[in-house]
Amino acid sequence: MQINGVEIEDTFAEAFKMRCARVVITAVNQKWALTAARVATGFGTSVIACGSETGIERLIPPDETPDGRPGVSILVFTMGTKGMEDQLMRRVGQCIMTCPTTACFNGLEGDKKVKVGGTLRYFGDGFQISKLFEGIRLWRIPVMEGEFLVEESFGVQKAIGGGNFLILGESAEVALEAAEDAVAEMEQVRGVVMPFPGGIVRSGSKTTSQYKFLRASTNTAYCPTIRSQVESALPEGVNSVLEIVIDGLHERAVSEAMRVGIQAACRPGVVRISAGNYGGTLGQFNFHLREIIGER
Amino acid sequence: MGCIACVGLLKDSEDELNAITLVLKKQSSISIEADSICPDLFAGRSQSEIEALPAFYGRRKVTLGDLFRVEADAAIPMARHPGDRSDHVVVRGYLQHVKHIGQGMSGGLITIHSDVGMHLGAKMSGGAIIVHGNADAWAGAHMSGGVIQVHGNAGAMLGAAYSGERRGMRGGIILVEGNVGPRAGERMRRGLIAVQGNVGEFAGARMIAGSLVVFGTLGARAGAGMKRGTIVALGGLADGLLPVFRYNCSYRPAFLRVYLRRLGEWGFPVTSEQIESVFHRYAGDITTLGKGEILVNDQH
Repeated sequence: MQINGVEIEDTFAEAFKMRCARVVITAVNQKWALTAARVATGFGTSVIACGSETGIERLIPPDETPDGRPGVSILVFTMGTKGMEDQLMRRVGQCIMTCPTTACFNGLEGDKKVKVGGTLRYFGDGFQISKLFEGIRLWRIPVMEGEFLVEESFGVQKAIGGGNFLILGESAEVALEAAEDAVAEMEQVRGVVMPFPGGIVRSGSKTTSQYKFLRASTNTAYCPTIRSQVESALPEGVNSVLEIVIDGLHERAVSEAMRVGIQAACRPGVVRISAGNYGGTLGQFNFHLREIIGER
Repeated sequence: MGCIACVGLLKDSEDELNAITLVLKKQSSISIEADSICPDLFAGRSQSEIEALPAFYGRRKVTLGDLFRVEADAAIPMARHPGDRSDHVVVRGYLQHVKHIGQGMSGGLITIHSDVGMHLGAKMSGGAIIVHGNADAWAGAHMSGGVIQVHGNAGAMLGAAYSGERRGMRGGIILVEGNVGPRAGERMRRGLIAVQGNVGEFAGARMIAGSLVVFGTLGARAGAGMKRGTIVALGGLADGLLPVFRYNCSYRPAFLRVYLRRLGEWGFPVTSEQIESVFHRYAGDITTLGKGEILVNDQH
């Protein structure tokens, strides 16, 4: 199968069960809502070492937010619910509450709840105020700037992490341009984030290492500079590979993001689109590239 | 508790065609105690069984059927399920002296096409009551859930505690389009009262928690003895604030934006200026716990 002369490898991306929460951040204007969102989703590329995988899902217009101010929604993915509570506490407490003019709301019903505002409230040192409105508890925490408003609990639901595809390019420049265009299209899809820097991974990994103290190491099969020294998966003409990783709320969202991303990436100079998997033995979800593209 | 739209508050009157209708047979100034007018009590009962429910005419024990003409399809028992129209009770006639309608209800909808007597929806925990007229004193007293919407005025002690009780309204929402008498929300423990018109004196007296939002003028001596809770004066103060309230700051409270937007969706005349407004925050009553607040709109 080819798109615009680019081979779509007959392979699949292997993804995993994760848990997700959606945080809605509002502020006096978009600049500050985005500032809080960027800081809160910083250092959130991989659960391997960051505790969670996070990203900005979308900008929210004022008429769609609970307080009528400009907003941003971010998605946070962890392996389990307990880890989610810890991650939300850290990110909301250290990155959103600290940012001028923000308020923080839950954006997901979820099948479980974790306490965020209900714990952060103690920062108010006894002067915090609870407001119960339509069954939702809001905490008003006095801060130097004025007052920080945060919901007591946030919903957590089952989600998917690790959807992916690889862009095999003739050069680093072509691969990067293709990946940038792919991410721009994927950012329009609701319910997904691409947690790596700019949505792109330049240093994809494998789950083994010759070092006992490491859980993962560089994906040697796709590293062009050592092609002749390893069992390489690179076809002729490929000099650079970039990966895009997708975490999403449900299969349909991940699949749609992959579809629009692959379509956008296929252009002259891209040799092949591939994907990473473990033989289908580890992950609970398989996204077959040719099925995804052939869906429409 | 559910949102207002969910309990059918925003449904139009077409639904009344399939409601149980009670029409007061004779206008009288004698008090009628009609706490049997309650969807919970009508559920599962036939028309004749509803007519046999007790009521008081003055001090005389009577039945609902003695006082009201009950119009319902006798062939269909009144089973209560969410969204079932048999949950809807419509009451018509001269009801100014009819008290305790909707007392203790936990679901369903009561629509009243008249002014209505005291203790409307007292101790209710769910469902909704709509009054196309005025409501007398003690409406929503000790309510813990549900919604009361009064298109006219409401009397004294709205959502308040009965004399000798330590806590008033615990939850639920009361919306009033007109004016409200004195001591609204007294000893309020939680929930929301929103008033489009003016509110009389001693609003929120001895309030423990909850929110009272006044679009008109807030009467004198508001918040006397207040421990916690919020009173919002969007339309200014009739006679200033008690000296037991101390000024803190002027700011734009984010939580109030959430409340005002929602009230706007429920038909209150919320303006963008009010949402964006600066409010002066006063904390008190310093003679008690002093963690209550009165937020006064900067524009007044």
